[in-house]
Amino acid sequence: MRDINISELEQKFQAKIDNDVKIEPNDWMPEEYRQTLIRQISQHAHSEIVGMLPEGNWITRAPNLRRKAVLLAKVQDEAGHGLYLYSATETLGADREETIDDLHTGKAKYSSIFNYPTLTWADMGAIGWLVDGAAIMNQVPLCRCSYGPYARAMVRVCKEESFHQRQGFEIMAHLAQGTPEQKAMAQDALNRFWWPSLMMFGPSDADSKHTAQSVQWKIKRHTNDELRQQFVDVTVPQAALIGLTVPDKDLKFNEETGHYEFGEIDWTEFWEVVKGNGPCNKERVDARRKAKENGMWVREAANAFAAKRAARKSA
Amino acid sequence: MTKKEWPLWEVFIRSKAGLNHKHVGSLRAADAHMAIENARDVYTRRSEGISIWVVESNNLVASDPSDADSLFEPADSKVYRHPTFYDVPDGISHM
Ligand SMILES: [Fe+2]
Ligand SMILES: [Fe+2]
Ligand SMILES: [Fe+2]
Repeated sequence: MRDINISELEQKFQAKIDNDVKIEPNDWMPEEYRQTLIRQISQHAHSEIVGMLPEGNWITRAPNLRRKAVLLAKVQDEAGHGLYLYSATETLGADREETIDDLHTGKAKYSSIFNYPTLTWADMGAIGWLVDGAAIMNQVPLCRCSYGPYARAMVRVCKEESFHQRQGFEIMAHLAQGTPEQKAMAQDALNRFWWPSLMMFGPSDADSKHTAQSVQWKIKRHTNDELRQQFVDVTVPQAALIGLTVPDKDLKFNEETGHYEFGEIDWTEFWEVVKGNGPCNKERVDARRKAKENGMWVREAANAFAAKRAARKSA
Repeated sequence: MTKKEWPLWEVFIRSKAGLNHKHVGSLRAADAHMAIENARDVYTRRSEGISIWVVESNNLVASDPSDADSLFEPADSKVYRHPTFYDVPDGISHM
């Protein structure tokens, strides 16, 4: 009896998704759909928050006040993105504190791109242009994701992201037109961030185990390889326009397909970074853990102050 | 470890004068005062609002999605509640 009910519910659920009806928090959903979303949205939230670290590293050393104000606004936006997304996981019944602790114990993953160091100011340009650019490419289709709260969070995020990419490209374009040293700095940043940016789209379709189910549930609309190709196609001409060279000797435009062909991605490097062996994995997670521990008194103080204010009101 | 998590609040923003407040999302804060300050920072960084409401999520009562049929279906058959149900002869205006 119970089994019949479940399969009936599952059919109704899939029918809704097929008809592009959004799933909302209190609607019935298969447990696996819920868990897939919790995993994906919390990883996304962690990526926004950890992503503040490599850029936060340069706020005090921005070359002028305009750049500093812009970078601050961008990093603040990323904090907001993390909050929208943590809220979305809470609508699925995930516990906020446990979700964050999973990051701190290494149980939860975040985008591997943030495990690379930011060595020069040009890296702020490369990150905005390439990393936010790749993130936008991933996030735009998520605005139509079947889960309502995630889709709505993505609409807000995408609106805010577009300035992130432009400010990064502007930094790169300026450096590329500057002194030979400045241009070399921009090229070096592109060299270091190009391949990790391509890896941001995740393993190639042949090795991606979640794709088929996620596509059926309309959590995902395009495969990793499709999005990666789209990113290469739009980014290569942008690099050329500002006189920088994409560090890939196999890169060439295929007149017939209208797409760029590009070299082999070093998947060994990708999996090493995912497993925790990238240049900054430990530093990033330590920084987050310390932020929670050292900031705990603020939480406690706010609770105490709220209690005092409530008592004064009722007295 | 003891839980020190702040309560969850739902945030509603009036985007400009004359429009109603609309749900935009949620956040955590120790009390209502702080919820409004946080909502300002999280949801109005680009002049999205001129007024904020916050309601502790615990205090929100929602209809049950499984009651949707019994709640909303009765209205579906009452087409005569819409002006398009009625025939108006040609030549009639201001109606
Ligand atoms: Fe972001
Ligand atoms: Fe993002
Ligand atoms: Fe961003």
